[in-house]
Parts: sequence; structure tokens; C-alpha cells
Amino acid sequence: MPRLKSLLRTFLLTEMLAGMRVTLRNLFRRKITLHYPEEKTPQSPRFRGLHALRRYPNGQERCIGCKLCEIVCPALAITIDTAESADGTRRTTRYDIDLFKCIYCGFCEEACPVDAIVETRILEYHMENRGENIMTKERLLANGERHEAMIAADRAADARYR
Amino acid sequence: MQWLIAQWELIPPELQALIIVTLQIVGVMLAVIVIVAFLTLAERKVIGYMQLRYGPNRVTFFGLRLLRGVAQPFADVVKLLLKEIIIPGVSSRFLFLLAPLIVLVPALAAWAVIPFAPEFVLADVDAGLLFLLALTSMGVYGVIIAGWASNSKYAFLGSMRSAAQMVAYEIAMGFALVGVLMAAGSLNLGAIVRAQMGGFLSWNWFWLFPLFVVYFIAGLAETNRAPFDVAEGESEIVAGFHVEYSGAAFATLFALPEYANMILISALTATLFFGGWLSPLQGYLPDGNWLALSGFHWLFLKTGFFLFVFLWVRATFPRYRYDQIMRLGWKVLIPVTLVWIAVEALLAWLRIGPWAA
Repeated sequence: MPRLKSLLRTFLLTEMLAGMRVTLRNLFRRKITLHYPEEKTPQSPRFRGLHALRRYPNGQERCIGCKLCEIVCPALAITIDTAESADGTRRTTRYDIDLFKCIYCGFCEEACPVDAIVETRILEYHMENRGENIMTKERLLANGERHEAMIAADRAADARYR
Repeated sequence: MQWLIAQWELIPPELQALIIVTLQIVGVMLAVIVIVAFLTLAERKVIGYMQLRYGPNRVTFFGLRLLRGVAQPFADVVKLLLKEIIIPGVSSRFLFLLAPLIVLVPALAAWAVIPFAPEFVLADVDAGLLFLLALTSMGVYGVIIAGWASNSKYAFLGSMRSAAQMVAYEIAMGFALVGVLMAAGSLNLGAIVRAQMGGFLSWNWFWLFPLFVVYFIAGLAETNRAPFDVAEGESEIVAGFHVEYSGAAFATLFALPEYANMILISALTATLFFGGWLSPLQGYLPDGNWLALSGFHWLFLKTGFFLFVFLWVRATFPRYRYDQIMRLGWKVLIPVTLVWIAVEALLAWLRIGPWAA
């Protein structure tokens, strides 16, 4: 009798129809794809995207050239040169991040004692020419100026947990 | 207008008939090709929806949001036509170029005997079913030649698999058709449809249900569709017999026949087992009712349904292992058809069922 039952199950294709029922049900289910450029997934304030260098509200660069980020960087993506500036403080003369080497781990951000180097939530960027993968000091600072509101808000949101 | 009619009447009647038939053929072929184009879109859409995706929804005509995705097949065709056709240096050049044609021609020629509507069939031949069997088994030669001429291991493996598979399933398919022609008593497809007159339950599927299932499964295998797509088997042998084909040669000569064959098998399933252009409500509604009227639209709907099943099956089942395909073909489908043909003969002998006469 169980043999007959299994034969019947085989020949009536019940298993096949059960599988097809699953796919048919999925046909009418709500789709979970996001229409990307129009719709986006929510981002955490801790999102690690494109880098930026910040300034103090009075316009002074935050970076003091301590090179902690350069040392902590596991991908050796950061290159820093320093020199004494006109007001006698130590400042960077060169602050390059190679975006091709960078693994976006956020260690630089964590190592920084003055919150100068940060990673913003920007993830949609591209390069069109060779060499544009190097984020120079000017570009990093410009980035920081352009997105200071977002950067400050993200730091504030995350301050409790630091 | 007057002048045109006058000119038309100047043409000898034989030539007139030739022109009319040619126009009909061109019309049917164009319709098939357009349906193929939208079938590729429908396939991606249906499978996408079954996987909780949207499928193509960006390419549109004139920026109309409503038509998003509709222009996708045209974009694909343009892309493929602009691509370079690469002919492998060590291939057998003549056969390499001949193979796609051998696949394409039967896929389109088979449409000649399909009765589209009560009064419309391109060639009303008496041995229509035989013609179809002969033509559909031609396609496999194209596949084998393509695999051989490519001089590539993957292509060769694909064509070997395809050859063995086609041989196995051709027989099951043939036996399923034997059942149909026993029921109809004719090889003419129009006669087969007319033999099924009388509503939903008098169609062949009711008495020949096992044969219908076998025929459809064999049809899946014949068209090399999932779950029987071992000839392509992209995860095992790259793209099987058409690895070496590219650009327009690939598009018009392998993608087109595959989809044309799908439509053909669907149309045949509808014709042989589901009453072709007959209305399902015939006999249940008063005679004049428009729903009970037979016509092309019923064939279209039925074909569309079976095409959907093709896509549905592809979205559901994983690919068969090669030895399982052989086992299914030889040890399951063929015995099933043989048994059911015997049952049918017995029923006919005892005068049970619609073919009592």
C-alpha cells in the first residue's frame, strides 16, 4: 500500500505542483526590489563612505598632523607630510588618501584625536581620469566644507556611543 | 483604388494565389517574430516577479512611464545586431554558418500547418502532424552541427547532450501524438481540432491527460528549456552548443528559434489537446453567444497560457541531472505513453469515450 501511494504521488506530480504553487504565490507577492536611483535604503549615521577633512568653526584646520591615522591604516592608503606653519603650529603639507587602497574600515576616523579625518555617508562617487583616486588635502577639505552639516549631525547622533 | 483593382485582375490567377499566400506567410512570420520579441520580455518579467524582483523596467518608448520595460526587447536586438560576429579560426566555417539556419528554418516552417482559425491555415496538408514531427526533429541537427563546427569542447559536449536528449524525448512525443491521432482519426491538424468540438470536456486533454502531460514535458525537453536545458547548461558547460556564437548570429539564429519553438510547442499543445481555436464554452452557452464562438482569439489565449507555464516551470525547477533526464525519457515517459495508448485502444474497442465511432 505505501508503495502504491508513492507511485501515485510520483505520477500525479504532486511534488512538482507544490513547487509551482510556491512560485505562483510569489508572482503576486509584493516585490522587494528598490528602484535604486529613485528609492534608497536607509543609512546609518555610522556609514563609512567618502572621506573628508574637517575645520573648526573659526575656519582653522582640525588636523594637527599627528599621523595616527597614517599608522593605523591597515591598507597603507594615507600619506602625510607635515611642516611648521606660520603661526608656529604643526600642520600637514600633504594629506593624501588613495581611494583604490582604502578599505573603508573607519580606523582613521577612530584614531583621530581631533575628529579631523571623517568618513561621510557619501557613497555615490566616481573617477573619470587617472589620479583622481588620490584624495588630496584640498579635495578632502573641500569635501568637509561642503558636507559639514551632515558630518556634524552624524557625529552628534553617534556621540553617546563613543 | 479602381486602378489598383484593375491591375490586380490583370495578374493571372495562379500568380494571384501565390502573392496572397506569400503575404500570408510574411504576416505569420512577422507575427511570430514580434511575439518572440515580447516573449523574451515576458520571460524576464515573469521570472523576475516569481523571484520577488521587477525584471526590466527602465527602457521605454517616448519616456512614457506606463510602458517602462516594454522597449527592452528592441534595445536588446539593437545591441546584439551592433555586436561583432566572431567566427572561430579553427571552426568549420561553412557548417558554423549553416547550423543556425538549420535551427531557424524548421522553427518557422512548422507554422505552415497550424490552423489559426476555422478558415485560416497556411497549408492545409493531410499529413500535417507527420510534417510537424519531421520538422521539429530537424532542429536538433542544427544544434549538433553548431556544436561540432565550433570546434570547442563545451559546444561539443552541449550538442552531444542535446542529441541524446532529443532522441529520447522525440519518441515519447511521437507516442503522445499517436494517442491524439487515434482519437481524431486524422493527421490533418484542422481535422484534429474539429474532432474535439463540443466544449471544454470533449477536448482531448480529458481522455488523454497522461499523454498531454507527457507531450508537454517532452516539449520542454525538445525546446531545450529548463529544467531540461542541459544542452546549454550555463553553470556546467558555459553556454553549451552556442558558446562560440555572438552578435547577430546568436540573436537571430539561436535565441529566435528557441523562443519560436516555445511558441510552436505551446500552440501545438493548445491545438492537439485543448481544442485549438475552439471555444471552451461551446455547448454550455446558447449557440449565438459571443463567448461560445470559435476563433483565433481562443488559440491565442491558450497558447499564451502554455507559454506562461513554460516560464513558470523555468522559474520553479532546477536543471535535471543528465542521467536523470535519460531515465525520465526512456523509463518513465515512453512506458506511460505506451500504457495509455493501450488504454485508449481498449476504450475505443469497448466504445467508451468520445472516439467510440
